[in-house]
Amino acid sequence: MSAPASRPREVGHEAAPTVADGRYDVAVIGAGHNGLACAATLARSGRRVVVLEAAAQVGGAAVTGEIIPGFRVSRCAHLVDALAPALVRELELERHGLRFAVRGLDTLALAPGAPPLRIAAEAQRAGPALHAQCPADARALPQLLARLERFAGIIATLFDETPPRIGGDNADRLRLARLGWRLRRLGRAELRELLRIVGTNVADLLEEHLESDLLRGALAFDAVLGARLGPRSPNSLFTWLYRLAGRRRAGVGPSVIEGGMGALSEALARAAQARGVEIRTGAAVSAITVSDDRASGVRLASGEHIAARQVVSNADIKRTMHGLLGSAHIDTALVRRIGSVPTRGQTAKLNLALDALPTFAGVDPADMGGRLVIAPGIDYLESAFDHAKYGEYSQAPAMEITIPSLHDATLAPPGRHVLSALVQYAPADLGGGWDAARDAFEARIMATLAACAPDIEAKTLATELLTPLDIEREFLISGGHWHHAELGLERFLMLRPIAGMAQYATPVPGLFLCGADCHPGGGIMGVAGINAARRVLAERLP
Amino acid sequence: MKEHYRTPLLATPFHTRTQAAGRARVLSRWAGYSTVAVYTDVRLEYAAVRNQASVFDLSPMIKYRIEGPDAVGYLNRLVTRDVDKLAVGRVGYVVWCDDRGHVLDDGTLFRLEGQRFRLCAQDRHLPWLLDSALGFDVDIEEESEAVAALAVQGPSSCAVLRRLGLKHIETLRPFAVAEFAYRDRALTVSRTGFTGDLGYELWLAPSLAEPLWDDLMAAGQHMHITPIGSQALNLVRIEAGFLMPHVDFMPAAAAVRRTRGRSPFELGLARLVDFDKGHFNGRRALLEERRIGSRYRVVGLDIEGNKPARDAWIYYARRKRVGVVTSAMWSPTCKRNLAIATLEAGRESMWTDLWAEIFVNKELKWERIMARCRVVERPFYDPPRRTQTPAPDC
Amino acid sequence: MKSYDVIVIGAGHNGLVAACYLARAGLRVLVLERNDHAGGAAVSRELHPGFTYSNCSYVCSLFRPEIFRTLELPRHGLQIIPFEGSITLTRDGDYIASYSDHDANRREWARFSRRDAEAYDEFRAEMVRQCRFIKPLLMRPPPDPTSFKPRDLRGLWEIGRALWDLGEAQLYDTLRLYTMSCAELLDQYFESDVIKGHKAGSSIIGTALGPYSPGSAYVMLHHYMGEVDGTFSAWGFARGGMGAVSRALVDALAANGGEIRLQADVRDVVVEGEAAVGVALADGEEIRARRVVSNLDVKRTFLGLVDPKLLPAEFVRRVRHFKIRGSSGKLNIALEGLPDFPAIPADCPALTGDMHVTDSMERLERAYDDWKRGRWSQDPYVDMLIPSLIDPTLAPPGKHMMTVFVQYVPPRLASGEWDAASRDAFGQTVIDAIARHSPNFEELIAHVEVRTPRELEAEVGLTEGNIFQGELTLDQLLFNRPVPGYAQYRSPIPGLYMCGSSTHPGGGVMGAPGANAAREVLRDLRRLGRAP
Repeated sequence: MSAPASRPREVGHEAAPTVADGRYDVAVIGAGHNGLACAATLARSGRRVVVLEAAAQVGGAAVTGEIIPGFRVSRCAHLVDALAPALVRELELERHGLRFAVRGLDTLALAPGAPPLRIAAEAQRAGPALHAQCPADARALPQLLARLERFAGIIATLFDETPPRIGGDNADRLRLARLGWRLRRLGRAELRELLRIVGTNVADLLEEHLESDLLRGALAFDAVLGARLGPRSPNSLFTWLYRLAGRRRAGVGPSVIEGGMGALSEALARAAQARGVEIRTGAAVSAITVSDDRASGVRLASGEHIAARQVVSNADIKRTMHGLLGSAHIDTALVRRIGSVPTRGQTAKLNLALDALPTFAGVDPADMGGRLVIAPGIDYLESAFDHAKYGEYSQAPAMEITIPSLHDATLAPPGRHVLSALVQYAPADLGGGWDAARDAFEARIMATLAACAPDIEAKTLATELLTPLDIEREFLISGGHWHHAELGLERFLMLRPIAGMAQYATPVPGLFLCGADCHPGGGIMGVAGINAARRVLAERLP
Repeated sequence: MKEHYRTPLLATPFHTRTQAAGRARVLSRWAGYSTVAVYTDVRLEYAAVRNQASVFDLSPMIKYRIEGPDAVGYLNRLVTRDVDKLAVGRVGYVVWCDDRGHVLDDGTLFRLEGQRFRLCAQDRHLPWLLDSALGFDVDIEEESEAVAALAVQGPSSCAVLRRLGLKHIETLRPFAVAEFAYRDRALTVSRTGFTGDLGYELWLAPSLAEPLWDDLMAAGQHMHITPIGSQALNLVRIEAGFLMPHVDFMPAAAAVRRTRGRSPFELGLARLVDFDKGHFNGRRALLEERRIGSRYRVVGLDIEGNKPARDAWIYYARRKRVGVVTSAMWSPTCKRNLAIATLEAGRESMWTDLWAEIFVNKELKWERIMARCRVVERPFYDPPRRTQTPAPDC
Repeated sequence: MKSYDVIVIGAGHNGLVAACYLARAGLRVLVLERNDHAGGAAVSRELHPGFTYSNCSYVCSLFRPEIFRTLELPRHGLQIIPFEGSITLTRDGDYIASYSDHDANRREWARFSRRDAEAYDEFRAEMVRQCRFIKPLLMRPPPDPTSFKPRDLRGLWEIGRALWDLGEAQLYDTLRLYTMSCAELLDQYFESDVIKGHKAGSSIIGTALGPYSPGSAYVMLHHYMGEVDGTFSAWGFARGGMGAVSRALVDALAANGGEIRLQADVRDVVVEGEAAVGVALADGEEIRARRVVSNLDVKRTFLGLVDPKLLPAEFVRRVRHFKIRGSSGKLNIALEGLPDFPAIPADCPALTGDMHVTDSMERLERAYDDWKRGRWSQDPYVDMLIPSLIDPTLAPPGKHMMTVFVQYVPPRLASGEWDAASRDAFGQTVIDAIARHSPNFEELIAHVEVRTPRELEAEVGLTEGNIFQGELTLDQLLFNRPVPGYAQYRSPIPGLYMCGSSTHPGGGVMGAPGANAAREVLRDLRRLGRAP
């Protein structure tokens, strides 16, 4: 009996390639973490891979930079909470220099003029941590989280798979059947609850189960961070489940990487290089070349052409298909679909070089190393979002703050610190443009911070604000969107980034996507890169 | 124009003349215009196309001006033919497809200058045309109202135009387009048409429409030049084997059921598909269709008897239903019972035993006739004068 | 004491439809109505001499044609008159209209965008496709995806088949439509803010969401799934006002031997041996029946008429958290003459249709923000019609009746409960919004009835004044409506059923919940073979 033809080919069984003609097997555009993960996985299976990165260093938005001399910080992404364990293991990232400064940070929900609430990273510790301040929630929260984590567990099982096509082949049907089976195994009551809440908004659920608005706000923040959603927007529960799924899969809560996020990228790069991947930085790709309706390589801004049998793009779908490839190579209905992918980033990044540790009112100095969240209440968050709907930045933004120098002495001179904050909402489509508004927004953020840490401005030596516009310019991400494309129920699994291109392949033979707008996307996960590599390997080299 | 609802049906630039012509006018609406379906008698109008000279007001046709440095590249991405091969001064019959390789519409593409084109079609396509232009330096504008159009068709059409004063019109080759001096203004004439006969289409500023009509009538008086309506035109276009959107196929964008679309292969228009020119809309889907085969095949049928097989089902061996007739007529010129039909593809071996189920109302009593059909080449009627250059005089 | 087969609590249109279906199957049916008139929110009332108000629901499209036929409503006097068009007045003194005539509509829209004028054809084709999928699901109970019962499996299989038949590409579009926002949907087709504002109104009617909220695309689809005589998504007036629907149903009920008692205020559902056996009225009277069907919304039924101890705790919790958010208000206005809208030529045929004053999605969304903050929209969305332009029975000659539906109006104000003063201030806000486009509007007003959610709740019995008896969000649709596991019209109490808009397929004067519920009752009574 022969195996069904459609069985996915296993990774690692390709014959070693010949490179007699000097061509690369694969050119990967962009050395973001997904691009590097993809390249390393491809090289592990014997492909001859070159990675082309426009910036001077690898990492894309996972980089460490200097605010002012001596003060280093993760420039964009600053916490990992969904990093694929398989990535760490298989690419031996720890052997290549990956170290965690601290793992599983607790969250401190801050509110001006009120004592902070501690939300433990793990569901089982969530109750005790809250007990003193809100006893009712101390009972309710672990139950709620346990249930959500069960649901998240099902989502997490989808992460390592190529999204099934509906109406695809037997392998697709098998994957769908497996998903159906896992859902059924939840049991009737749980499945009903999942089907009910999956499209609902996070505020309704939190208001049903929890009393403390401070607690609700901090939890809802996890749902809307990076999204163009408010806590009262339907579908916002799903984005929370998604985050929980990533954490559950990583097995640990938010963690800080020693040396900043750039260290992760460097470890990935070293792992890739150890497998023979060639990485060229300062090599901006200006076009994907097509020959006989097949991707044939890339052209650099310098004019150099790099021939490759396959091209994988870590860039977002708009930049890849409309920018680098050119819409002339794809059909018009697809051009429309790509054009309507929502890529309006909502999150800015503020980095501070601090003369000394600021004092957050009510926060125990021992807790300062935690993940500090300013989202005191559902209405606070919803009001912050209301501005973003109309292309305005939040007058009172919500924030996720870390002070990584508390865990990693290499980041700042002794006794001094760096503070890193994700700030929401900062819509990419700001009316009047970001260049005119950057200073005013920074002042709003500093005022919001000062409400919780009154001495912060006095201790600030230097600031660096990255608006979505800056992120777009510097990291070449359309709309400066952290997830390349809005994450949500309507853009999930086989609908991500668009139906018909959810399986990493594009309609142009030999051209693939591997960025955060591919399934499962979102956060520093690296899974999209690995999944894409598997799809690339499934194609026989021309 | 806020009060447009007061004139729900627009008048074409020839309106005063078309309304005055004929004795038993039947009106119909076409693309928002009031147009004439029958002037006097369909049979006589039909005969005028095949025997004398006819005029048909085709101003409601949708016309787009496509112009710019990337016009050729843009059109090559849009339509299935290689527009590079269309010389300046030539007209091409083109189809354009959606992503599934289903035909959105057919039309004629005029290459007026190196990078200036006119696309004429039945339906409106502005969103599709604009969205297809992303990444191309090209300007697309609908100019339907700015360009009046009149078809002059029939054996005497060249003679009429010569008498109108169009110098050397007889040397204009089929599918050529050129400008002629007329009343000190420019008149664009193409040797094209929807009749399958010798004929021309005249493209002009609306202000020239009424004088042109009058001059044509005067110039053609001795040749019995006759205005024809859409019903007569439909007869000659069937004889010519031309497909009519919404009749012989559903334009893909108008189809609610997505499987109702038809590919150029299925419409028998494979000659219009050029896979060697680079990417165009639907190319990958059409390559796939070429690999796995088409679902349907549009064919011409010659049916025994003289009852037009309108909407008839086509059976194999009188029992198995394999297709449907989309256009049918008794051809007075060919003396044959003609039809255009869509058959399920992959059943060519059955074509030797096809039957049309025709229902005939005989004085309020319906009779069912099973008539034997033969698949025949289109066009059903193709007189030498259609392509002769110089064009014959009558 | 007379005993009945079925008691229906509430003579709303769904209660009456259910009662008619049950009576036609030969059951002894009694409908109990608290008010002194039947109809619930489908009523015509003369609140000012000579003027008939459709003072709640005001237009008709969703009412299922199957019910029309089965109950022979035309024979009982119901006549639906289609109306032309729809108008949105713009801030710059212009207007945009929709026309049923394809070319007229294109020319009108082309004044704002030539591209959008043609893109509308694609949009409409897509709406037809989506409705072709959803319509067959309306007149049947939603299958339970967690069940292994043959009936549910068959239902799921049929839905699966219907999805499959859509084809892969269309199926993805359908999946997305149920989860996306109206804004995202319209952005795919249109570029003009005015056109998007003109179309977006139906995504928020009766809904506590803005057009930017995910899920609002479905609400829009919900308003597209109607028809008048087969014309896709057409809307019409019931001749004589919406009360004509109820009157025809009451007539049909009588013709089939059913009874109706007005001013009969049901206080409790009587439960014996864990099963519903009848109802108790406020005056203490008890009426017994083999089955009880409640037309009231799910909260009023289970938190009001039933002892919660008789219900599973999780069920009560779900009912308590069922989202019935009041977000709508209504003005019914008697006019001494036809108001002048300078932007619109007086002979514009679209005047007979629905008129609006919100010319962008952003204004709709900002109106929603007001609701979130506990105040009525300062720049409200109005859906106003003058049905007396084509229905001569509604107002004295030369005078007119105007119905103005308003979104958004919160069930309670941030400043406290509604009172007469706040109600009048709300009414004035709406009148001002209209008067900005009609200089003589205010002086023509002979009488105004202003209805906030408080009045809708107190008079009609709709919790929070929600016109759909529950939000039409994904978590409250299909098998989730009203409570997961209880979406097939049965309740945890044997013998007690639901037939209101709280159940599948939801709100609007559709009648489908009533008809579906009746069939489930008949199925349980093993009378299905006699079901109409």
